Amino acid sequence: MSAFAATFRRELSLMWAGGGALTPLGYFFGATLLVPLAMGPERALLAVAGPPLIWIAAALAMLATLERLFQADLEDGSLDQMLLSPAPLEALTLAKGLALWCVVGLPLALAAAPAAIALQAPVELVPAIVASLALGTAAFAGIGLVGAALTAGVRRGGVLIALIVLPFFAPPIIFGAAVAGGEQVGSAMALVAGCALGAAALGPIAAAAALRLQAE
Amino acid sequence: MFSYLANPARFMAFSAWAGPIFMAAAAVLFAVGIPWALIYSPADYQQGETVRIMYVHVPAAWWSLGIYAFMGGASLVGLVWRHSLADVAARCAAPIGATFAGVCLISGSLWGAPTWGTWWEWDGRLTSMLVLFIIYLGYLALWSAIEDEERAARLAAILCLVGLINLPIVKFSVDWWSTLHQPASLFRAGGSAIDPSMLGPLLTMAGAFFFLFAGLLMFSMRTAIFRRRVESARLRASQA
Amino acid sequence: MSGSGPFQDKMSLRVEQLSLSRGERLLARDLSFEVQAGSYVEIRGGNGTGKTTLLRAIGGYFRPREGRIVFEGVEEPSLALHYVGHLNGLKGGASVRSHLRYWAGLFGVVGEEENALQRLGLRAQADLPARVLSQGQSRRLALTRLVLAPRLLWLLDEPAAGLDAQGKAMLADLISAHCSAGGIALAAVHEPIGPTPTRVLTVGA
Repeated sequence: MSAFAATFRRELSLMWAGGGALTPLGYFFGATLLVPLAMGPERALLAVAGPPLIWIAAALAMLATLERLFQADLEDGSLDQMLLSPAPLEALTLAKGLALWCVVGLPLALAAAPAAIALQAPVELVPAIVASLALGTAAFAGIGLVGAALTAGVRRGGVLIALIVLPFFAPPIIFGAAVAGGEQVGSAMALVAGCALGAAALGPIAAAAALRLQAE
Repeated sequence: MFSYLANPARFMAFSAWAGPIFMAAAAVLFAVGIPWALIYSPADYQQGETVRIMYVHVPAAWWSLGIYAFMGGASLVGLVWRHSLADVAARCAAPIGATFAGVCLISGSLWGAPTWGTWWEWDGRLTSMLVLFIIYLGYLALWSAIEDEERAARLAAILCLVGLINLPIVKFSVDWWSTLHQPASLFRAGGSAIDPSMLGPLLTMAGAFFFLFAGLLMFSMRTAIFRRRVESARLRASQA
Repeated sequence: MSGSGPFQDKMSLRVEQLSLSRGERLLARDLSFEVQAGSYVEIRGGNGTGKTTLLRAIGGYFRPREGRIVFEGVEEPSLALHYVGHLNGLKGGASVRSHLRYWAGLFGVVGEEENALQRLGLRAQADLPARVLSQGQSRRLALTRLVLAPRLLWLLDEPAAGLDAQGKAMLADLISAHCSAGGIALAAVHEPIGPTPTRVLTVGA
């Protein structure tokens, strides 16, 4: 088994054992529940505001999972071992990001379907919302790797991660919310996919550079 | 010039006279630029006197971006050649850049009130600047959250470079977003629409902002270097 | 005995005029020594004298500001060494066996998992999650990495911490076998842990 596969497999089982997507999903549904409570149940209003708010809720739910992503590896000494692998740290970081996407990102994208319907989104848009969120959470995971790696040594770094990462969430949020709102769906979807690919390519490189410094 | 100044002793010698000279240049340019911009330049035929906010707003916007690019360069030097003076430069430039971005946002808001009839409009340029401002805050927060200064410098440098790669993407996405929502687009400054009679004071003010940045940077870097020297002297005294 | 079988390559390690510091604080200056294949070196010195920093410098976790660390007979040092620091690198939720499986994948080796469990006396605990292990058992689990993937250079930071008499004997056997097979072991210790050191290096004196 390659180091990439071994890391991916281990992260999947650790994340699963740690509750998997349960907490972020609960967070996501809790946040979307508050939307009609805050805005009132009027259908027309919800149909406009609901889908973008689903994107924001998904972004925040992803964000909440980042704090311990590398901090645990730094604190228990796992990072030292990762640096002795024949696989580059970039690949191991990518494996962790991929596991995060599988365990948290994809379930969030699927959970967006009932949430969108509850928020009165047009039913014909729901597949596009789910697909765009599947890509969007990949972008969030890639960007999140960098934030998590930069703050791995900071105690209670959750708020700091948010401050660092949120401005970089702007592009996927813009394109993703456009898909969810039914505006220029085709090109917006392509642009979300671009964000996801870019984040998946650059995120692990920057995160690995930061982790090497953390191990010093 | 970078490699010449990379030697801290040479930098201290250089900045000792360069700092005051930059500040003096800024003072002279402000002394010329402010009256020129506020009194002697023509009012806009559409916006009237309020267009004069541009002479603060646009230079602040230019240089907050310019300072970020400078920090990106310094971060790269700091990461690749492990040069501590580059780290200090990036660290000291950040609060100045953040302040310029803040000035740009506030002046944009003040400009918006009479022209758009609202204190804030989600205009593409203002929105990009708001994102830049938050990136600055994140950079400063990361730096102050990490105790070990050398590690803080390297990690902040990575963040700065990630931001540098991201800024064009953010800019593109916000532009795309603003055409989607078709807001009241007002800022045409910087384009070909600007009248030559406004260009003189605008460039003068831009020069003044630049020298203000350069002067503040020199003083702030000197302070940081002195502080580090005092700390290591104390440490040596405690070990002896 | 398998695990660390005789090594094909002879490696040696040379440290030249190394200066170590933590933050601004200087820990050691002009440290120079050479270690040949088959040596067991004990590094001694009080708390805060830089034993861990020295091991981590050799492990390549950071670039020393002054001095050089030269590996001979080795192409990629990070693939020729094991580091067992005072952090064991364990995840409480994962079982003992899954740790071994993960490390085998991480280091790119196969087939030594049962042997490693046997050598460190963790057979009975193989299916327990790491969080229920005692301190000594956790240490043994970390030490299984040495058996799992044969690597020339062992960097051990207080390897006997938390080990009982039986565990210490196992560790001593591991080190002796490793060195007689041509490997090198560097251990930062407070007191001798069993095998007779080829040399004793005192830092921060």
